[in-house]
Amino acid sequence: MTGLLDHLIVVPILLPLVSGAVMLLLDERRRGLKGGIGAAATMALLVVAIALLRQADMMPAGSSVRTYQLGNWSAPFGIVLVLDRLSALMLVLTSALGIAALLYSLARWHRAGPRFHTLFQLQLMGLNGAFLTGDLFNLFVFFEVLLTASYGLVLHGDGTARVRAGLAYIAINLVASLLFLIGACLTYGVTGTLNMADFARRIPALAPGDAALFAAAAAILGTAFLMKAGAWPLNFWLPTTYAAASAPAAAIFAVMSKLGVYVILRLWTLVFGPGAGSLAGFGGEGLLVGGMLTIVFGTIGILASQTLSRLAGCSVLVSSGTLIAAIGTGSGAVIGATLFYLVSSTLGIAALFLLVELVERIRDPGADVLAVTMEAYGEGDDESLAEEIGIAIPATITILGGSFIACALLLAGLPPLSGFVGKFAIMATMLKADGPAVQASTWAMIGLLTVSGLATLIAMTRSGISSFWARMHDGVPRVRVIEMAPVLALLLLCLGLTVGGGPAMRYMEATAQALQAPQDYVTGVLAAPRLGSAAGEARP
Amino acid sequence: MMEIVFALAVGILTASGVWLLLRPRTFQVIIGLSLLSYAVNLFIFGMGRLRVGAPPVLENPEAVDPALYADPLPQALVLTAIVISFATTALFLVVLLASRGLTGTDHVDGRDDPR
Repeated sequence: MTGLLDHLIVVPILLPLVSGAVMLLLDERRRGLKGGIGAAATMALLVVAIALLRQADMMPAGSSVRTYQLGNWSAPFGIVLVLDRLSALMLVLTSALGIAALLYSLARWHRAGPRFHTLFQLQLMGLNGAFLTGDLFNLFVFFEVLLTASYGLVLHGDGTARVRAGLAYIAINLVASLLFLIGACLTYGVTGTLNMADFARRIPALAPGDAALFAAAAAILGTAFLMKAGAWPLNFWLPTTYAAASAPAAAIFAVMSKLGVYVILRLWTLVFGPGAGSLAGFGGEGLLVGGMLTIVFGTIGILASQTLSRLAGCSVLVSSGTLIAAIGTGSGAVIGATLFYLVSSTLGIAALFLLVELVERIRDPGADVLAVTMEAYGEGDDESLAEEIGIAIPATITILGGSFIACALLLAGLPPLSGFVGKFAIMATMLKADGPAVQASTWAMIGLLTVSGLATLIAMTRSGISSFWARMHDGVPRVRVIEMAPVLALLLLCLGLTVGGGPAMRYMEATAQALQAPQDYVTGVLAAPRLGSAAGEARP
Repeated sequence: MMEIVFALAVGILTASGVWLLLRPRTFQVIIGLSLLSYAVNLFIFGMGRLRVGAPPVLENPEAVDPALYADPLPQALVLTAIVISFATTALFLVVLLASRGLTGTDHVDGRDDPR
């Protein structure tokens, strides 16, 4: 149990924290150095996350979690980090998106405002911490870390639109944080614990009055998480904010909204599983209906979008809605398919956010240069304009168009990319879970998935035609390799997810099975011995 | 008696906070958020059960009767919550001022009503 490898779990939190702190000490003008540190740290983060994923995948069936006791106090009293398949998967997704967004920002966005790299690393730290933590109050703290960093990133680049969107974004997230606090402390008042595994153990023994209070607390917590995930009717802020944010920030926000979905999946399967007595399955219908309404709202938003960035923002809603509704069905096989869809749609949406800015350069090449000079401020202005635009890569339009088509296929869920596999797997597993008598809600869900795909396809085709075929200017947009490469890498990841669909799906199914059997998680967290103590000393 | 006063305090703070939060001026919104966070902080404190004169720190580790002590955990949580809400409110204040400077109005939408 001892050895350096055991400390690997805490690295995804410490590494961005340290690199972010180091970059604070550097002068704002040394952007090259900062970019280098940021890229190196994020790359190392990806390596660590993949190593953790392999560790999580190789754990035997009965013990699906690894814990890390901060301060070496055992679980319900001390603070623990918990690694299982789900959190490892989210870590890999976060760091993969992180490296793509960071490389993209090196082309020009990191010059558009102060302390971009520090904020970016702190955002990664908050995300990783929230995915790893095993107790509710630390989840709140990590939420605040990532939200505070995201406030900075929303405003990165300045401008009236960003400040206006940022104001609403901050206000709504402060309210959500207060709801989170109320819910977390109400659960503490009822159960006397903040550890998620300990909740699961104490729920069945609650008195009826306390159970009602716990249900209220869970509903308040759920509201807070659904606000972050962007569920209707708490999501009017989301498309505006994401469309206003700079491209790399929006790409990393794509995984931030999945954090709300992650927490719901984690807590709901853990606390309201079949073992929860009278509270088993609490709120499942709410999730299902709320998710479906979110899909409807997002679909209408996609069709009504005038700009590509707003379209991408509404795709986040459709993706969140699909995930929430599929989780609400509560069946293990559906959750496995949902996780596949989560990874594929997050990668696709992030690629689209990065791509949107490049595509918009086609529409008006002059505006881009103007925007850059307006956005960049401080001492960095002495770079010449020619350097700012950079070397154009050949066949730009072809590559941009190809990537755009790939994004459209991914988001609409058409073959041959992974969006199709994810949506198809959700539909197939839902039908299979119902057996011969298919429920009305399943038909409704299948219909909504199909219609939202069709709407995405229509909207993407429409804006593709106006951007690529009916463009006003003959000039080729100047796109740098470092801006194009992350988009292509994300799309290639999706392609890899299709080609390696079998192993990926096997991993997701193992994850879903582990989520369906929360006893393993509970015993794994609570019975973990302290470092340096013999296993027999651990609490029974 | 103490419970009623406490509950009324939380309730009035929350109600005023929500009302102010829904007002159109950014300054009202920020005051509303502050009031709400006071209410939440009091609520967290209350979740440790209201006790008078009970110390939160165990003095005698040998014979401990938990009934004689106040729950220290909510007090620790409330400290964290106070720090975080103070910091985020300060940050919100900066954005509010930036919005006021950029748009020239203190309306939350960044523009005044068309009326």
